[in-house]
Amino acid sequence: MAERTIAWPKFGQAQILGKDTPRVYDGAKKALGLAKYAADMNTPGTLFARLLTSPHAHAIIKSLNVEPAKQVPGVKAVHVFRGVDTEVRWEGELIVAVAAERPEQAEDGLRAIAIEYEVLPHWVDDFDLAGAEAAKITDKGEPLKLTKSQGNQKKGDVEAALQEAKYVHKGTYGSAVITHMCLEPHGSHCEWKGDQLISHLSTQNVSGTAGQFAGPLGIEEAAVSINCEFIGGGFGSKFAADEWGIACAQMAKETGRPVRLMLDRGTELKVAGNRPSSLAEVTVACDADGKITAWDSNHWGTNGTGGGTVSLTVTPYVYDPPNRRRTATGIVTHTGPQRAWRAPNHPQACAYTQTAIDDLAAVAGIDSLSFVRKNLDITGRPAVYAAQLDIAAKLMDWQAKWHPRGKGQNGSVKTGLGLALHTWGGAAHAATCLVKVHPDGTVETFLGSQDIGTGIRTSIGVVAAETFGIPMTSVRVHIGSNKYPKAGPSGGSTTIGGVSGPVRRASQEALWQVLDKVAAKHSVDFATLAVKDSKVWSGDKEVCTWKQACSLLGPMGIEVRGEGPKDDGLTSAQVGGVQMAEVEVDTETGIVRMKKMVAIQDIGLVVNRLTAKSQVLGSLIMGIAYALSEERIMDPKTGRFINADLENYKLPRIGDVGELVVEFYEPESEYSRGVIGIGEPPVISPGAAISNAVANAIGVRVPILPLTPKRVLDAMKGA
Amino acid sequence: MAKKRIVSTTINGDVTEFLCEPRQTLLEVLRDTLHLTGTKEGCGNGNCGSCTISMNGRPVTSCLVLAVEAEGADLRTIEGVARGSALDEVQQAFLEEAALQCGICTPGFIMQTEALLAENPDPTEEEVRFYLAGNLCRCTGYDKIVRAVLSAARKRRMTAEAAK
Repeated sequence: MAERTIAWPKFGQAQILGKDTPRVYDGAKKALGLAKYAADMNTPGTLFARLLTSPHAHAIIKSLNVEPAKQVPGVKAVHVFRGVDTEVRWEGELIVAVAAERPEQAEDGLRAIAIEYEVLPHWVDDFDLAGAEAAKITDKGEPLKLTKSQGNQKKGDVEAALQEAKYVHKGTYGSAVITHMCLEPHGSHCEWKGDQLISHLSTQNVSGTAGQFAGPLGIEEAAVSINCEFIGGGFGSKFAADEWGIACAQMAKETGRPVRLMLDRGTELKVAGNRPSSLAEVTVACDADGKITAWDSNHWGTNGTGGGTVSLTVTPYVYDPPNRRRTATGIVTHTGPQRAWRAPNHPQACAYTQTAIDDLAAVAGIDSLSFVRKNLDITGRPAVYAAQLDIAAKLMDWQAKWHPRGKGQNGSVKTGLGLALHTWGGAAHAATCLVKVHPDGTVETFLGSQDIGTGIRTSIGVVAAETFGIPMTSVRVHIGSNKYPKAGPSGGSTTIGGVSGPVRRASQEALWQVLDKVAAKHSVDFATLAVKDSKVWSGDKEVCTWKQACSLLGPMGIEVRGEGPKDDGLTSAQVGGVQMAEVEVDTETGIVRMKKMVAIQDIGLVVNRLTAKSQVLGSLIMGIAYALSEERIMDPKTGRFINADLENYKLPRIGDVGELVVEFYEPESEYSRGVIGIGEPPVISPGAAISNAVANAIGVRVPILPLTPKRVLDAMKGA
Repeated sequence: MAKKRIVSTTINGDVTEFLCEPRQTLLEVLRDTLHLTGTKEGCGNGNCGSCTISMNGRPVTSCLVLAVEAEGADLRTIEGVARGSALDEVQQAFLEEAALQCGICTPGFIMQTEALLAENPDPTEEEVRFYLAGNLCRCTGYDKIVRAVLSAARKRRMTAEAAK
């Protein structure tokens, strides 16, 4: 029944919301090969750009002559990013872009460029803190301090708590730098129509990048059109226009031709973002009952030349013991700069916190699951975690499979169990949408948002179709243009709440306008009206079809704007999740095989179950990647990222992931919290859960992620 | 610069001639000359499988094939999989099982799956995982891709049975 209150359908009463809905708008395009990404744009006359990048980690450009490149057949534009006397600070830093009729000709142009460098001493080791402190490195001729304090905070009395504790454990834990490795690299296709720039940009930030082009190009923001119908992965690395995007637009301007500039795979891995590393020395203590009483940690790592590392604020992770000291130091390295990587800071903090705590459990002789349960009172969501642990334990068959650390089966292949907890915000970002209801009953929604692979188009359609009681096919969803009402960037798991709130609000208001007309025309009480199956009902009596109702709107139809976030209960924030891992470790080869992972995720109200579940499954596999195989490997001698290709930057393949079990934790109490984003939280726990499972299997801790065969064998040798 | 060559092929059933430089890859020609951009480039060195197409009935990574090597070849790309505008069983299963996310790996996975099912209409889960090991997905939809392939195989076998 129609009530003039903004709200979701009552629990259990939704028609489409929360069900499995395949991608009705864009799925077929992707499966048919018809979806057009930035890298697919090729309007008539398009030039193709290639990049000259620094082969050195740290150097000064002593001479640069790009004139010969301009003489190469086919070359139409040369853009210099960094000229003579510029200091380059990481391998891969962009020096020159060349645009030509054909990509091979652009490469010929690059080969014709004469460049000389003065190579300077570099530092690329992110874990050798003492070495970084002693290293003699200069920057612009001045001595450069490579270590930067990132804070030192204290709560309670750590020394006293450690003295009084029954069990104290000290250990070292860490995780290597990893990259985003978007399967579609960063880049754009830029074309000018008069004074208008039309950029097809691979971006997570459709509404926020026009200004980034306009400023450097000296044009008005209104003269920039950003288009991104499809994007091939972002994971936090594609929020900016980037210097290569600006260069693309500039070369297009200069030549009067469209230009396409996509990073090559190696450059993508080197310059387009990475996740900071961390290595933590941890002391953690508990009382005789296994209650954690003290945490003392010092961690360091790198985020590139910025000298940052994992944030102190999430240390220790999830657990907040009464006595805590935390210190962090960032190391400046001559490596590409960090970018937000799916759940920034959390996976690394989880990996050094919940491993240390699991080791403390082993020292105390308490099984991992019981130990976690004993300490839920010092987490932010004790009741939710408790319920989730019960579900996860059942799905994993934890009790039957559990054995104390290192006390499993005989023989060279050992199995083990581990678990971890995580938390995340997932609040809605700011967004505005326009909803049009046409006289024939069709509905259109417009938002300057983007679908980064999550299926957000479909989710927008679900919300509109649910509200109007019409099929998904009667709703058209428009996103991917900055000419639509502004919507926030897709980061921080903010998009689902960000778009579903405004779409629901606008759709409800539009519906009320339609129902007002119906009430007047058919002399029925507005309060009795409801829509379902493309019909308007008064109680159980059909009043008219949805199409007939909309014909009352007159030839222009109606347009309603929706905004968000608002404090009306449609969206909220804060989720918790529990994950359990079961692994098999071959103690002769050091190879870890995934047997099973279980993920229980708190999500609030589910919009589209099918795509929401994909987010969790995808997170688990991305987690398996950084837990077991993927890492950036820097060569200390040359300062180069030596595995910057997909042969040597090891990602799991389809046979490497084991059985994956995903369930949402969604009692009515969760549904009533409204929509909360969960693109990030499930990627946080796998590192710690898998590391704990390996420790449980082989009896020793492998300290640093990824748990490569070498690290596993080294840890066992040290045991 | 080496002289351009004329290459005659059949692409998705149509006789197609194109002009290319000897150093151009088949992937480049498909995407940039023939505007068949459904075939994606993920790595350029044969490690990700995004550019997988069928060449004379065998799956190949087109970034590792020179365009001139396609002379006389029968090529099938993702654009040639659907029957008219109707998705085939594999495409339909990828859509229904949510086996696609950002979509860059999708055409390669579908082409590799077509090759698998042509060879082995009733693969086990392990055979699916083995045959698709050359294709990378970052998002990552591996679990759902396995389900989709098994579901497509089932559907295709049922259709074949019904036709008997």
